[in-house]
Amino acid sequence: MATVTQSPPPAPAPAQAPRAKPPRKRGRRTPYLLLLPGLLWLFVFFALPVIYQASTSVQTGSLEDGYEVTWHFATYWDALSAYWPQFVRSVLYAASATVLCLVLGYPLAYLIAFRAGRWRNLIMILVIAPFFASFLIRTLAWKTILADSGPVVEILNALHVLDVTSWLGWTAGDRVLATPLAVVCGLTYNFLPFMVLPLYTSLERIDPRLHEAANDLYARPSTTFRRVTLPLSMPGVVSGTLLTFIPATGDYINADLLGSTDTRMIGNVIQTQFLRILDYPTAAALSFILMAAILFAVTVYIRKSGTEDLV
Amino acid sequence: MKTTHDTAAHGGDVRLTGLGKTYGSFTAVHPLDLTVPEGSFFALLGASGCGKTTTLRMIAGLEEPTAGTVRLGDQDVTALPPYKRPVNTVFQSYALFPHLDIFENVAFGLRRRGIRSVKKQVGEMLELVQLGEQAHKKPHQLSGGQQQRVAVARALINHPKVLLLDEPLGALDLKLRRQMQLELKRIQTEVGITFVHVTHDQEEAMTMADTVAVMNGGRVEQLGPPSELYENPRTTFVANFLGTSNFIEADVDTRSGDDIVLKAGGGKLVLPSARNSGPTAAGGKVLLGVRPEKISLVPADDAGRIPEGRNRITGRISDSSYLGVSTQFVVDSPVCTAFEVYVQNIDRDHRLAPGAEVVLHWDPAHTFGLDAAQDADAGVETVGEEAV
Repeated sequence: MATVTQSPPPAPAPAQAPRAKPPRKRGRRTPYLLLLPGLLWLFVFFALPVIYQASTSVQTGSLEDGYEVTWHFATYWDALSAYWPQFVRSVLYAASATVLCLVLGYPLAYLIAFRAGRWRNLIMILVIAPFFASFLIRTLAWKTILADSGPVVEILNALHVLDVTSWLGWTAGDRVLATPLAVVCGLTYNFLPFMVLPLYTSLERIDPRLHEAANDLYARPSTTFRRVTLPLSMPGVVSGTLLTFIPATGDYINADLLGSTDTRMIGNVIQTQFLRILDYPTAAALSFILMAAILFAVTVYIRKSGTEDLV
Repeated sequence: MKTTHDTAAHGGDVRLTGLGKTYGSFTAVHPLDLTVPEGSFFALLGASGCGKTTTLRMIAGLEEPTAGTVRLGDQDVTALPPYKRPVNTVFQSYALFPHLDIFENVAFGLRRRGIRSVKKQVGEMLELVQLGEQAHKKPHQLSGGQQQRVAVARALINHPKVLLLDEPLGALDLKLRRQMQLELKRIQTEVGITFVHVTHDQEEAMTMADTVAVMNGGRVEQLGPPSELYENPRTTFVANFLGTSNFIEADVDTRSGDDIVLKAGGGKLVLPSARNSGPTAAGGKVLLGVRPEKISLVPADDAGRIPEGRNRITGRISDSSYLGVSTQFVVDSPVCTAFEVYVQNIDRDHRLAPGAEVVLHWDPAHTFGLDAAQDADAGVETVGEEAV
């Protein structure tokens, strides 16, 4: 900006000015013209639906008589007081899944970035491969994996792991299916690639010579990880957790297929309100509360993690 | 210049014994024996891929040797990981930690060794490299030359037994490089730590180092002070890699005292036998070398005025270029095409122009002899590539 204000003193020759102007003007307009398709898309498919939904959330009426905007903000309060347990549960499940994704995904991403060598591409394909099957099918597969008579339950039972998880309230009796554990497992599985890919990208960007430099400067491998690798991979950790946490909070398929009525998440409530009960204002209000809550959480998180300070 | 290799037996010498590295079937470094005296500025010079960086990394512990040992003084460090070696490296691309500011970059080594009060030391070190003002900037906010000095400070602050420099000036432009060469030399003299410097730039090696080891194809071709390497190269690679050399193929004729008389294209040339590393028996083939700046050039008409006892050959100037300080001539002669001669521009003789018949003459003491079995152009192309 400084250069603009300090640019050539008075206008040189008035005769030259008009000739120099037109190309400059066109140059200025080009970026906006290029932005236009994207902005249009955003307007039609994001801004308009949000406005429409906002108006729905303050309407009253019934399906038969039609809905009308009555600025009935009480819907928000009613929705929140009726469904706060599902909100809390959603955040809890999504947070658990995000932590699990991080715990599983970080070593995997680290391995791919630094140790995999010629296996790197193969492992990457394996990470992405589940995307070739539909979300629904993948989740249904977990129904089979966690089935009551399946090998997983049998082994966990034999090892008395289920006794512990039942005591913690994660599972019920000798069942895994239709319990919180099953839902969190499904969420973790389905969102793992969203954690691994950003982590991998940020780890892969780290110059391996920085590890050598740390080693050379008396940092043993564990210290090198703590002081160099981890701080430099923070952008990946932040974007990975966001990409996992945000969609996981609003997810309803996992709770629907792997859970029970006791594991309903806010996504399930919204879906039911919209599609079965047809109470559009409540569904819209719930969606808005969810959006606001996530926006707030994400803002706090980004501030706290201080990623804007990182390269 | 600060040289310590005249005094023997030091506690801080770097001793490489039979040190070698192979990758599968490729030998990066042939087993080499090398002693770097304590407190010296030692350069490993060679074209890219000659094994100089691998050698350096084996000293640092960043590369595991497949054979031999590395000793620092009396301590065998071959099996030690890099973080346990009293050795620090200045990396080619500096490898500064981008998430830490300059102060923390420099303090990194001290903190890892559990030293609490680092402030004073870091401050002093930043003063030494003239970066006191920049302590709280991030590396990417500094210029290339400043980053380079941070890299040096970050390594030096640990008072290593040996400082390893891996092409530390490679990323800088020519002017800055010259300046940093002097700067590094100053720092080395000031701190007295052994520097092992890897470079492909012969001028850099010659300006800075007390001792230079010229490497080629994973072997040390020749080792010695820069003047020794330049004046008396032992192989054509060294002769060509360090500066320019003219070669004449000649046959050993007779010996006379301390000199060898050689026959080349009907003429006789004299070579001190002490400066001959080629065959000495009569009939042996020798590549006789002479540096372009040692040669005097006179028009053929003045040949009578050349003093006795000088080596002389005749030829015709095929090209000349005026370089300010000197004029560079290319002379075609029966014994050697494209003979290069540099003449100082003191009294310019206008008869010395392309096409002129001339006599080249030089003091036999500046002649060196090499075994003619080797490639006379070894090391030539590589220099050209690197110079770009």
